Amino acid sequence: MDIIVCIKQVQDPDIPPRDFKVDEEKMDVIPPANVSPVINGFCENAVEAAINLKEEHGGKITVMTLGDQKARDGLKKCLAMGCDEAILLQDEAFEGSDAFATARILASAIQMLDGFDVILCGRLSSDWSYGTTALALAEALELPSVSQLQKVEKIDAGLRCERALEDGVEVVEVSTPCLLTASNEINTPRLPSVKGILMASRKQIPVWGVADIGIDPASVGKEAVTFEVTKFYKPVFDGNCEFIEGESLEEAAGILALRLREDKII
Amino acid sequence: MPNNVLILAERTVDKLALVSSELCGIGRKLADEKGGSLVALLLGGPGTQELAKGLIALGADKVLAAESDILDGYTNAAYLKVIGAVITEENPTIFLVANTSTGRDVAPRLAFRHGASYAHDCTDLMIEDGKLAAVRPVHGGSAISHIRSKTDSFSIASTRAKALPLADIEEGREGEFMEIGVSVDADEIRMNFVEAKKVEAEGVRLEDAEIVVSGGRGLGGPENFKYLQELAKVLKAAVGASRAAVDAGWVPTPMQVGQTGKIVSPNLYIAVGISGAMQHMVGAGPSKNIVAINTDAEAPIFQRARYGIVGDYKKIIPALTEKCRELMGS
Repeated sequence: MDIIVCIKQVQDPDIPPRDFKVDEEKMDVIPPANVSPVINGFCENAVEAAINLKEEHGGKITVMTLGDQKARDGLKKCLAMGCDEAILLQDEAFEGSDAFATARILASAIQMLDGFDVILCGRLSSDWSYGTTALALAEALELPSVSQLQKVEKIDAGLRCERALEDGVEVVEVSTPCLLTASNEINTPRLPSVKGILMASRKQIPVWGVADIGIDPASVGKEAVTFEVTKFYKPVFDGNCEFIEGESLEEAAGILALRLREDKII
Repeated sequence: MPNNVLILAERTVDKLALVSSELCGIGRKLADEKGGSLVALLLGGPGTQELAKGLIALGADKVLAAESDILDGYTNAAYLKVIGAVITEENPTIFLVANTSTGRDVAPRLAFRHGASYAHDCTDLMIEDGKLAAVRPVHGGSAISHIRSKTDSFSIASTRAKALPLADIEEGREGEFMEIGVSVDADEIRMNFVEAKKVEAEGVRLEDAEIVVSGGRGLGGPENFKYLQELAKVLKAAVGASRAAVDAGWVPTPMQVGQTGKIVSPNLYIAVGISGAMQHMVGAGPSKNIVAINTDAEAPIFQRARYGIVGDYKKIIPALTEKCRELMGS
């Protein structure tokens, strides 16, 4: 089973809230100093799901991402986890691309490859939360798509997928080739092994630009965005928490109950 | 009719889903601003036509119902085909879906297919210079972005549950009703629906609860949810969890409150051992009153709380449960 995984690098979402800063003028996030970007959580789930399928059914995994040289670190990690090949999509013309333009770039790059059975992506990115790129990619390649995967297994007719819903699970069978998006329920991503890291360090990562994938530069980048940001800021919370104390924690708990009663909350 | 607003309503087994009312409310407002009509679309299996008629009282001028056995269980491909045909036929200027596992699964594909601009997970929508504008929390709620479509021809947006007010109900309101013929061939859609399994936690449903008691990583282990369950029983509350507790395998996914879990809006949300990561607050934020119990006085949850106690929940929760039992009994 040949699999393509598309990943995204994001600002580490687990930084302390006080380190999260925005530039209201430039309408963008100010990356915290000395904190490296990480692979988006759901994308790492997608990588792990791909490796699990390969371990069971054989095949090859190609991982790709759109980004700058820092994105190379994310690709290296995927290779160290068990992916076979990696491609970095980088070009000045790609900068500022929105989810649709990113989907167009990925689709053009994928059409340069020898074919595939499955494309795996994460369901949502933790930074701009578009939740759009993967499904737009499926549309661009005219593939059937199943999103929010919590389980996947191979069957004769293709794949049997379980979608994680708010209140349960939905089971769908889909033919291949297809595109799937992974949710966090599907697995716990492995840490790369020492052997994996060594092997990854020897692998070359080709860089593909506009000319390599044959895409119209006008269809991607800043100019092609469909929505423009007009304002960007951190929400303000009043922080008027009343801390309840007592002689003991038990007493504080009792006072809390009384306060909630007085306020008619309980 | 290029100024019309189309919404994708949703149903449960026996009624219109609450998001349908939220969509009708905002859709009505946008249609009035654009000087167009509000068209509501409902897809599903048996009973869909009857339920769809209820959308007129919620503000729809025209209701389209697509009822077919093949739409009874959700598949992306069948829904795309039916909704795509409606978009082509109705030619709306704005199409709204709810950010649900159905809405967010169809909207990006339809936007890409129809050359529309797309805004995901909006907490407010308005018209600016004839174009659709939106408010979107990003970075898990750590930042807010205001955005505006670059085109005024066709925009699609998904709305966050419970962010927008419900539509006013006007009984006896008149509107047009139309059945949509469904011709989806099982072979062409390359996927088939097998089954849906509901996983409901015991007791009160999280989405409907007036009080929610939620636990996170700070509980230390799955067995400690019993402290919360005791309190929940006394308060007739639902029990929720943070993603950290779900990822650790302590409790099942349907209990998760947060960006990728449930969005709750109880009168009281008691967060125990939850630090208050932004992605969690996306789900808990709409709560009217938050009480935080945490050993770390610096935890961000306290910035969102009305009351807080810093300390060991194993001492606090049993005492709180006891006092509440006494108060509720009297």
